[in-house]
Amino acid sequence: MQTFQKIAVPFAAIILFVALWEFLVWANNWPDYVMASPSDLPAAYSKFWELFLIGSWQTLWRTVAGLALAVLFGTLLGMVMGFSRIARDALYPILVGFNAIPKATLVPVLALLFIGQHNFNTVLMAFLISFFPIAVSVGIGLSTLEPEYRDILRSLGASRFTIFRKIALPKTLPEFFGALKVSVTLAFIGTNLVEIISPHGRGLGALFLSGQTNSNYPLMFAVLIALAVLGIILYYVVVLLERIFAGWAERPQQ
Amino acid sequence: MTNLIDIKGVTHAYKTPKGLLPVLSNLNLSVPEGEFAAVVGPSGCGKSTLTRLVAGLMKPDQGEVWLHGNLVKSPRKTVGMAFQNPVLLEWRSILDNVILPLEIVAPSMPRAKKIARAEELLALVGLSGFEAKRPSELSGGMRQRASLCRSIVHKPEVLIMDEPFGALDAFTREDLWQTMHELRAKEPFTAVLITHDLRESVYLGDQVFVLSGRPATTQFVLDVQYPGQDGQRKLDGLYTPECSDMLATLREQIKIAQGRNADVAGH
Repeated sequence: MQTFQKIAVPFAAIILFVALWEFLVWANNWPDYVMASPSDLPAAYSKFWELFLIGSWQTLWRTVAGLALAVLFGTLLGMVMGFSRIARDALYPILVGFNAIPKATLVPVLALLFIGQHNFNTVLMAFLISFFPIAVSVGIGLSTLEPEYRDILRSLGASRFTIFRKIALPKTLPEFFGALKVSVTLAFIGTNLVEIISPHGRGLGALFLSGQTNSNYPLMFAVLIALAVLGIILYYVVVLLERIFAGWAERPQQ
Repeated sequence: MTNLIDIKGVTHAYKTPKGLLPVLSNLNLSVPEGEFAAVVGPSGCGKSTLTRLVAGLMKPDQGEVWLHGNLVKSPRKTVGMAFQNPVLLEWRSILDNVILPLEIVAPSMPRAKKIARAEELLALVGLSGFEAKRPSELSGGMRQRASLCRSIVHKPEVLIMDEPFGALDAFTREDLWQTMHELRAKEPFTAVLITHDLRESVYLGDQVFVLSGRPATTQFVLDVQYPGQDGQRKLDGLYTPECSDMLATLREQIKIAQGRNADVAGH
């Protein structure tokens, strides 16, 4: 019963959302170049299904690769900032400043830096846009570790590494997964930015662009929905990982 | 009898943005092996600093801390610590929380032996059947019991407690006092208990050390003569005239400690 509810509620919400969308388009009598309606989409998918499969795969793997880099680099950076006050003071302004730069402006910079390396550029952008929340959350998680937690092991002569492995690392996992959920969606934005803006792009972003150049508005909306679906899938993969590795942080429901 | 803990002339100050903040001044404290020392004093007088010094987590500016004839320079495996916050690890079961010190101190001990040791202690404090639970599923008193088990699982020579019962309600606290006596009867250890509760210091302590206000020095030492026979301490004993006298003496000393002028030395 409870599992049924867990699946049925979000699905019902999605159906309601699509119905509302359809209704708005119908009620306002919008033509499809203003706003395509959900009923236009199946035609777009069935006509271009092969392109959708290829594009989705390209977008997905480059996003995941960028995300993997972000996890690696973000965790390392977070560790440095979490353990060293000097590193924290030194790195925060740089990181915040870097994060404030609109990433769209970086696309031409990257394109010139690594000419023709489209895959590399895309992965790099997904990484650049998504490592910040991870670094910040790991850093905060480590720097706010209560001293008593450290002391119970330190008073036994445990090494810094042992304390990190046994206490600091597992204790930071809930914050880490919280940040990862934000980073997942950010990484998609990064991937698509490059796919859409850079010439000869690939993936769903390029498909979106071709919809635009061919004035195929239902196709453009279909790409957006496909992106949303990919985002939801990846998000729930993270939720699953969180259950496995940080399920203890979830309070039993009263 | 030799002293297990010997604190000799310890002086310590913290560096703060406003300059040096002296917390301990020529503090002396000795605890014979197997004895239970309770330390009381005004708030913020440096009692917690004392625990960190005995644990070897920090070094005093002046003076020496000796444990079992060894000068304490760094943390040692023969110390157990318990705090006001039980600091149990939420991702571990109660059993695995209790085992934690053994993983550091005796990494080669077979897991079955570690489990047996932890189960034995959990049974002593009345937590049998809760081994697989998460800390969040237990009440505050039960968590503190588990924390006590963890602090003595590796049979430390010294158990250092920094207000372990401070956050508990009065009845739970009295339960835990009794548990403390039961544990001591079966698992001999030397203990230093930091507390704000004078009744607690008299009920649990063999000696009560009253520290002066900051910077703290040993102002007064009370040898506890607990009423009752064959060393068995009963809670009722707290309400006898003998205990009332001891409590009155301690309260008087705390008053002196609180009102102490900075230029008047202790004693």
